Amino acid sequence: MTGQAQTPILQIQAVSKHFGGLQALSNVTFDLPEGQILGLIGPNGAGKTTLFNCINGIYPPEQGHVIFRGRDITGWKPYRVARTGLARTHQIVQPLNELTVLQNVIAGASFGHEHHPLSQAREIADQVLTFVGLAERRDALAAKLNVAQKKRLELARALAARPYLLLLDEVLAGLNPTEIAEMVDVVRAIRDQGVTILIIEHVMHALMNVSDRVIVLDYGEQIAEGSPDEVANDPKVIEAYLGDPKLAQQMMLAE
Amino acid sequence: MKPWRNPGLWLVLALTVAISVWPALASNKAYTREVSFTILKAVALASSLNILLGYTGYVSFGHIVFYGMGGYVGFYLLDVHNAPLYVAVLAGGLASGLIAFLLGRAILRLRGAYFALATIGINEAARAFIKNFDLFGGPIGMSLNFNVYKSYGGPNQALWIAFISMAALTLVITVVSFLVKTSRFGLGLMAIRENEDAAEVMGVVAPSSKTWAYVLSAIFPGMVGVLFFFKNGNIEPPDAFNLHQSIETIVMVMLGGYGTVLGPVLGSAIYQRLRGLLLVSPLFKNIQLAVAGVLLLIIILFMPAGVVGWLRSRFGALRRVLE
Ligand SMILES: Nc1ncnc2c1ncn2[C@@H]1O[C@H](COP(=O)(O)OP(=O)(O)O)[C@@H](O)[C@H]1O
Ligand SMILES: [Mg+2]
Repeated sequence: MTGQAQTPILQIQAVSKHFGGLQALSNVTFDLPEGQILGLIGPNGAGKTTLFNCINGIYPPEQGHVIFRGRDITGWKPYRVARTGLARTHQIVQPLNELTVLQNVIAGASFGHEHHPLSQAREIADQVLTFVGLAERRDALAAKLNVAQKKRLELARALAARPYLLLLDEVLAGLNPTEIAEMVDVVRAIRDQGVTILIIEHVMHALMNVSDRVIVLDYGEQIAEGSPDEVANDPKVIEAYLGDPKLAQQMMLAE
Repeated sequence: MKPWRNPGLWLVLALTVAISVWPALASNKAYTREVSFTILKAVALASSLNILLGYTGYVSFGHIVFYGMGGYVGFYLLDVHNAPLYVAVLAGGLASGLIAFLLGRAILRLRGAYFALATIGINEAARAFIKNFDLFGGPIGMSLNFNVYKSYGGPNQALWIAFISMAALTLVITVVSFLVKTSRFGLGLMAIRENEDAAEVMGVVAPSSKTWAYVLSAIFPGMVGVLFFFKNGNIEPPDAFNLHQSIETIVMVMLGGYGTVLGPVLGSAIYQRLRGLLLVSPLFKNIQLAVAGVLLLIIILFMPAGVVGWLRSRFGALRRVLE
């Protein structure tokens, strides 16, 4: 098989999931090659977070398969998925409030993929905190951070696991333009370290500059896929966003 | 950091040792020994419960079931099989740990109030079961044959042996509590306490971590039960599965500061002194549980992190010393 492209790090094969009468995901299928940043966009309620939840085992999909590094991890518990080298952040930040920032990140390093003992986990945590720019807050309780800092903490904790694949759920939402620019730099730097990234964003323009490829979800359906430029000019995508004129406008601005 | 380098550990040990050697220095040794035994027993029970309640965030209302079950198993071995005390103590701890292991798999799936209610149910069920279990004396319970004490040099000597064993056991428990808190296992427990779903996403294997925390927090009360009932000379279902004692243990953990190593030690010492004062007053004697309830309410409303938590937030410099 020489000369063929290497197996994608993540393969989503015909994944479907519904909640009661609501089809949150229908037949979602795509591959994510190693080392890329794949953007996942779509209007609110499109099923983006649900897809993350199916990937990392919050709940199993009803149909389809999730293949990570050649292994079928469909329906595995989140802690088992974490140990295979897949880490994620949450759209609604989930800090361990009564623990310090440092303890939060140590936990990420010592329970995640590489499973380090505490002393080594601490070193990794220190590096990661410096990397995301939270070093000076390391001894504060996580509860005391502001929103932007909590997003960074969420990212630091996932990174400390040293994953092969990082799932980022709206890490840019709620940040001001300066903070967004900083965060985008951090995301790029993570990719440059060799980590593959699947990143969700509600609005598109933020993702235009970082994504190698973009997939658009709407009502659980995959309506477009391609380079950021292709997707931004796809009439189906523009239509999907038309229900929300403000977003449609933001998309245009991004071009 | 190496554990023995942590001043927090030494402070906890110093306090436990001080409570233990107090009878040797007091003028009325026998009386002081009894007071000290009561405090040490409270420290041991509170520190054990704290592993589950404080570190893991699971409120076990009926935790006294492990004290009762362990006590019964050990007492049976002492009484019927003439087992040496240390064998009975180990067997009591083992029995409680095993029960917790089997129960834990089932009830640790429950969260919040459902878990708390289940633990009360288990304690009541255990009491009802033992009441009808003839091997353990049914509703009447069991009494130690006086001859048992002979092999320990008579009843008076046996009381001292029970006391010294209790002191040693309490010391072990505080060290274990410290080691758990500062270990990776302990960090996983605290992550579960703060946000169980997020902990699992990070890779904490919550089901097994919770089970081991539950087992650990059950073993020591089982051992404490054996020592207490050995000293007491008899065991009956109401004394072994006394829900009041369970609730008082929660109050002591909360008073000192849940989730800290020092908290349960300090909380027990303060609460037991307070209780001692209230018990001599005829007015308070009958309403001591009500007093405990009001105290719990006050703590939760005004000092949710307990004495240790309050000191830590008030005096930042103390953080290094108060683990
Ligand atoms: N646990 C759940 N139970 C019921 N409905 C859910 C649940 N999670 C998500 N949904 C619904 O599924 C749809 C997709 O949600 P989500 O994946 O969070 O969207 P997105 O992240 O794209 O904004 C929404 O309509 C949402 O209300
Ligand atoms: Mg979402």
